[in-house]
Amino acid sequence: MAEAIHWTGGTLALLGALLTVAGAAGALRFPDVYTRIHAASLTDTGGATLMMLGLGLLAGLSLVTLKLALAWLFIMLTSPTAAHALANAAHGSGLRPQIGLWRIVPAQAEDGDQTDDGDGA
Amino acid sequence: MTGIAPPLDANTLLGFGLLTMLVATVAAIALSRRTMTAILLMSVYSAASTMWLLLMDAPDVAFTEAVVGAGVSTVVLLGAVLLTRGERVAKAGRWRVAAAAAVTLVLGGLLVYAAIDLPALGDPASPANAHVGRLYLEAAGRDTGADNVVTAVLASYRGFDTLGEASVIFAAGVGVALMLGFGTRATQDDPRRSRVRGLDALPESDHHVVLRVAAKLLIPVITLCAFYVLFHGETGAGGGFQAGVVAAVAIILHALVFGLADTMVAVRPGAARALAALGVLAYCGLGVASIVNGGMFLDHDFLLPPAFQTRLQTWLESAGISGGAHDWGQHLGMLAVESAVFITVAGTMVTVFYGFAGRLRDAVPEPGA
Amino acid sequence: MSASWLLSHYTHPVVIVLMMGGLYIVFTSGNLIKRMIGLAIFQTSAAFLFIALGKVGGGTAPITIEATSEAGQALGQRLPPGYAAQFGVEGVVYSNPLPHALILTAIVVGVSTLAVGLAIAVRIREAYGAVEAGEIERLDAEAGRAE
Repeated sequence: MAEAIHWTGGTLALLGALLTVAGAAGALRFPDVYTRIHAASLTDTGGATLMMLGLGLLAGLSLVTLKLALAWLFIMLTSPTAAHALANAAHGSGLRPQIGLWRIVPAQAEDGDQTDDGDGA
Repeated sequence: MTGIAPPLDANTLLGFGLLTMLVATVAAIALSRRTMTAILLMSVYSAASTMWLLLMDAPDVAFTEAVVGAGVSTVVLLGAVLLTRGERVAKAGRWRVAAAAAVTLVLGGLLVYAAIDLPALGDPASPANAHVGRLYLEAAGRDTGADNVVTAVLASYRGFDTLGEASVIFAAGVGVALMLGFGTRATQDDPRRSRVRGLDALPESDHHVVLRVAAKLLIPVITLCAFYVLFHGETGAGGGFQAGVVAAVAIILHALVFGLADTMVAVRPGAARALAALGVLAYCGLGVASIVNGGMFLDHDFLLPPAFQTRLQTWLESAGISGGAHDWGQHLGMLAVESAVFITVAGTMVTVFYGFAGRLRDAVPEPGA
Repeated sequence: MSASWLLSHYTHPVVIVLMMGGLYIVFTSGNLIKRMIGLAIFQTSAAFLFIALGKVGGGTAPITIEATSEAGQALGQRLPPGYAAQFGVEGVVYSNPLPHALILTAIVVGVSTLAVGLAIAVRIREAYGAVEAGEIERLDAEAGRAE
């Protein structure tokens, strides 16, 4: 039984790490700011959740698990909020989502630094 | 060379990976065309270096690097870049790049040649690790009664050093305040804001509900965490520097979400400056108190008056509590040092933020949302 | 330059590469803010060199733990016999606390000086209207010629 918990915990942690890597790949490959935000934040939060679940199983019922649970709570509060703030800022500065093959021209292009598809670097 | 060569296990591979990430990030910063990219990559660099520092058995330093590098440093850089908007990073000319590359290659080569003689990673018998470091580890429990030897070194053994650092931080805060102003421009009347204190008075309230709620949940927790880190500096990783920056981060979060004017009502710029000055003053006063009681400057053994110490000792013996009165002066002294550093660092970081953010208000018209 | 020598000395050249990277950024970027970033990278990489020198193999963070506790025993199991007795304090091997104390303050001082440098950059922008070093020199030369 303890063996099974150990292996489950390790597998979950590994899955969480892989999910985070998938999110990184998505952030690079997606065409548009909003889809990239979605990829990065969703996988980041989900990956962290899986990893903490796995680590909690590995650590058993102890103080470490309680600290992991609190850290998880903190991440659930801040990571989606950060993504929301990012999307809010993108919307507020005039970027609009790229829908299908047609691009909606931004209502106001007040920031001279912004290029068309939000690809900055 | 004695000691363990690091085995090729997960830790070492992780160290390789993190160092590779650091090098790649620095290369990306060097090649970036926009300042914003460089700033965000700098934040990534700080985050990766935090993890590497944890690998090097330095949780205190990792904590500081995380809060300072990925937190305050990024905020200050963003404030600066917003104040200098409209500038593109010009690509350097070929000669300049060639000259810079030559100089750095030569210098780097010389440094690597010199570094060959440095001890191996993890060598316990190296001159750095075998003498003074070892001495502090052995004596810290006896002399100061602290578990965290780094805090003992910072606040007790090398307390004079830390006084100098606190003064430098305060001086930097004063410098920024003198150059960028005290941030008072932000509290002047803004015709766009309605004077009515109601959430629906602000036209942009709909956009920021999530941020406001999350911030209201987080700011008390962050402040509590700052005080926790301060008071547990002796028994675990933590201390005054980290606590001060975390407290400043809570205030900066409030300013970012609720606006600078509201934050300046809650934490007045004058109060932040006064706190910073008070911290350094209290620190010096601590040293003087030790002199008054018969010891040397910042010698915490003499912090409590000798009559009080003897009475405390007899009371402890009668109550059967172990650990003599000797420790109390040290504990009190270290806590006082950490608290002084805490208020200095917090006051300075808030002053710096107010300086940058206060200037922003006049320089750049706020975007629509 | 055997493999084991490289394995035990790899941090120093890498940290020097980071330092030189920061210096390169300072040299080649005209933008004052990017120069400050390069300077910050230089400072922090010098800090990392100290921390790397303070690491003790098989050690833990310099926070005193009991050798008989769970953590202490887990650490002791992985060490060769006699190692903890020779290099440890009361049965537990710690990393050197002195570099940590020095670098901790150095990092906070680093961000303070970064703030001062950026404040100077902001004032330069307000005075000259430009933040590129070449542009500022040109404006300065023009102002000098006009006088």
